[in-house]
Amino acid sequence: MCKEKRTVACRCEDVTLDEIRDYIGMGYTDLEELKRVLRISMGRCQGKTCLPIVMRELSIATGVPLSEMKPTTFRPPTVGILLGDLAKGGLVHEE
Amino acid sequence: MKSRADVVIVGGGISGAAIAYNLAKKGVKHIVVLEKSYQGSGSTGRCGAGIRQQWGTEMNCRLSKLSNEYFEKAKEELEYHGDLEFKQGGYLILASTDSELELFRRNVRLQNKLGIRSQLISNEEAKEIVPFLVTDEIVGATYHEKDGHLNPFTTLDAFVRAAKRMGVTYLTHTEVTKINVQKGRVVGVETTAGNIATDTVVNAAGGYSKVVADLAGVAIPTYSERHQILVTTPINPILKPMVMSFSKNIYTQQVPHGSIIMGRSDASEPRDLNNRSSWQFLDEMAKTVTSLLPPLERVRVVRAWAGQYNLTPDKQPILGEVPDVKGFYLAVGFSGHGFMFAPATGILLSEMILKEKLTIDVSALGLNRFSKGELIIEPSVV
Repeated sequence: MCKEKRTVACRCEDVTLDEIRDYIGMGYTDLEELKRVLRISMGRCQGKTCLPIVMRELSIATGVPLSEMKPTTFRPPTVGILLGDLAKGGLVHEE
Repeated sequence: MKSRADVVIVGGGISGAAIAYNLAKKGVKHIVVLEKSYQGSGSTGRCGAGIRQQWGTEMNCRLSKLSNEYFEKAKEELEYHGDLEFKQGGYLILASTDSELELFRRNVRLQNKLGIRSQLISNEEAKEIVPFLVTDEIVGATYHEKDGHLNPFTTLDAFVRAAKRMGVTYLTHTEVTKINVQKGRVVGVETTAGNIATDTVVNAAGGYSKVVADLAGVAIPTYSERHQILVTTPINPILKPMVMSFSKNIYTQQVPHGSIIMGRSDASEPRDLNNRSSWQFLDEMAKTVTSLLPPLERVRVVRAWAGQYNLTPDKQPILGEVPDVKGFYLAVGFSGHGFMFAPATGILLSEMILKEKLTIDVSALGLNRFSKGELIIEPSVV
């Protein structure tokens, strides 16, 4: 296997740089659409690692400067929380 | 930008894409789909990814059965390069009270009559399907093994790409600003990218169905309500079916990717098209899901998001031409189930527009049912 194939851009969802380039080549040039078909920035880091890489690739392919590109929505919670912890509740004011 | 089209479809979600695909397949040449944001930005891309055939009205049963038959062959039919993540793990729908169980009994009878092989099962049988299910407050359930999951993003993409290959113009980031009607007929649309002359417009705008109908001066009884969903990190397969309870206000399913999706509704939501999620939802959902499925206590929430259910007074869609405005078709008000009904929507709307014989007689789902007061209410909605 060729070495470049294993350059992982999205570590949460295991997406390689080549896959990202292939998809951009297939016409997925909208960051939001790329996110949804490849799952980039949908994993537990929500794009903290991969988003700058993906946006750079899109910028190179489309000529749209990074400054004009809008990152994807960062959704709550900021870090992964156990459902059990959420269910117990945090700060509860007891009478 | 085309200045003339045979059909203009407003809404680039799954309904609009499926209608465009079916029309193009039947030889319609100039079709334009208008999407005001990006592909999958609306209700399709925000939905819970479930597909089911267990309904309480004949129309919903028939629409979902036709759709499911299509989903079973969708990847081949649409010649899609990616994975649609089709999974038939079943839907397990829980009854909390005897009266709810009685309703389910009637639903199953109706479903069976229409060829949907669902069944009423006991708590013990439910625990065979989901061993860690807490059944203390459950009196029985229904189960249908052909229900399940489909990836909304890739399924939408499959329809869009197939439609584009047949010549459909699919424009994103293009908003309709006016639908022109003269002497009771549609004559064209105005958009942020220019005007298009056409005698056929389809409103497939999901959460924005009322806004788009207003552009043509047509009043429709739909309203949008925010619904929220969360997803966990992927874990090993532990949950086969979608587990659903109307009285506990929850549906949850492990998707092929490994993560677990769960959603609920809140009828007291303001109807303002707000797509942001709230902390209250995380709190309520965590309590509900861990009391029903305790092992999920140890699973982490990754993200929560929100989307719109476009509801009608009877929780059934509105399909068909507006009686007073020739050439203006509605495919709206799916009440949270537009994704799973999309294949039927695509087939039926294309048949209506081309004046063909309908695969299913959906005359009962026309807009005039509301003025006539002929409502059959769907009881099985979260």
